[in-house]
Amino acid sequence: MANLRDIRRRIKSVKNTAQITKAMQMVAAAKMRKAQQAALAGHPYSQVLDRVLVSLRDHVSEGAHPLLESRPVKKSLVLLVTTDKGLCGALNTNILREAATLDQASTVFVSSGKKGASFLARTGRKMIADFALPDSPTFLQTKAISKFCLEKFLSGEVDSVSVLYPKFVNTLTQKPLLVPMLPISSEAAQGKGEHVEGGAQYLFEPDADGVLDAVLPYYFHFSVFQMILDARASEQSARMVAMKSATDNAKGLVKDLTLEYNKARQAAITTELLEITTAQMALA
Amino acid sequence: MALLNLEIVTPEKRAYSGSARMVVVPGAEGELGILPDHMPLMTQILPGEVQVTTESGEELFLAVGEGFVEVCPDRVSVLTDMAIEEVEIDEKAAEEAVARAERELRDQALGGEELATVQGSLLKSLAQLKVKRRSRH
Repeated sequence: MANLRDIRRRIKSVKNTAQITKAMQMVAAAKMRKAQQAALAGHPYSQVLDRVLVSLRDHVSEGAHPLLESRPVKKSLVLLVTTDKGLCGALNTNILREAATLDQASTVFVSSGKKGASFLARTGRKMIADFALPDSPTFLQTKAISKFCLEKFLSGEVDSVSVLYPKFVNTLTQKPLLVPMLPISSEAAQGKGEHVEGGAQYLFEPDADGVLDAVLPYYFHFSVFQMILDARASEQSARMVAMKSATDNAKGLVKDLTLEYNKARQAAITTELLEITTAQMALA
Repeated sequence: MALLNLEIVTPEKRAYSGSARMVVVPGAEGELGILPDHMPLMTQILPGEVQVTTESGEELFLAVGEGFVEVCPDRVSVLTDMAIEEVEIDEKAAEEAVARAERELRDQALGGEELATVQGSLLKSLAQLKVKRRSRH
């Protein structure tokens, strides 16, 4: 039978842990609401943007803009979106497992998030940049990242750009997703936007080059922004769920330990009583 | 009568969604009025004023920021970084924003992105003021 004092000490430490995880759960829940709102607010906009792009892509030829041009892929760039902090369940593990399946020799990585960066360093993969972002990033902050990727693509250093991030499905589910972004293809934007059969060519004002020059990079920047917001919502949801189950586990543990403690105490009392009675009987 | 299916969206919200008889947008080449059955067109817009004639003939004014307009025969999508209806514009706040932006442009040596941001917000505030003030005359 375990020592009473040991059990008491363990109960106390488990209770402390439960208190901490409970607090973290509350914080994550508050942040999650904010992050989810931010991610959802942009959805109508990105849907319209996707639709515009799909119909645009059908009307202009591949050679119309460098961002539309698909080249044979020799080097590809992957933007790896992970979290800075741990304690968010299997979120990062799932993302990094996906990252590990990518071909090492032909893939270069750009990382946002410390977990991803340390994984890349540990496994000796090629990382060309690491960006730090706050909890709720602004469009300008993520634009720095997307601009970097865009320049790499335009300079010909890489032939494709994709984003690997935890897609927010709902609070309980986040799915690692690899989205090809550049060159911009109609498949990339499809899925959400309905297909519009226009037939006629688009008229551009002032001219096609000017409009494409503005729309296409903007589309890329905004999509990356939206994906990073999505990743943030995923992170907070995963953390909240992980912390909730940690708190529940700790509570279960406390219950078991308390039971054991009471049993041990009861046993001690019984032994003591027995001793007294035996002593009395011996004296009588 | 043919109607346009108009959508005005910003990254924060859907500012307008519904049918319209006519839309006037501040295009890169000047004001651009769009009626139903317009040919497919894609253009940039500048900070300014969007005028919507709704199905019932009501006129609606919105201050918008930079963005794009996609026109299909039966549909117009306006994508912009700001869209505020006339009634929601706070004239005082807009005036202050103009003053602040002008001061920043004058006093501080801003470079690159920062300069573009301040100039952008100045134009947006001016657009708000323009929309608000015209309704009074």
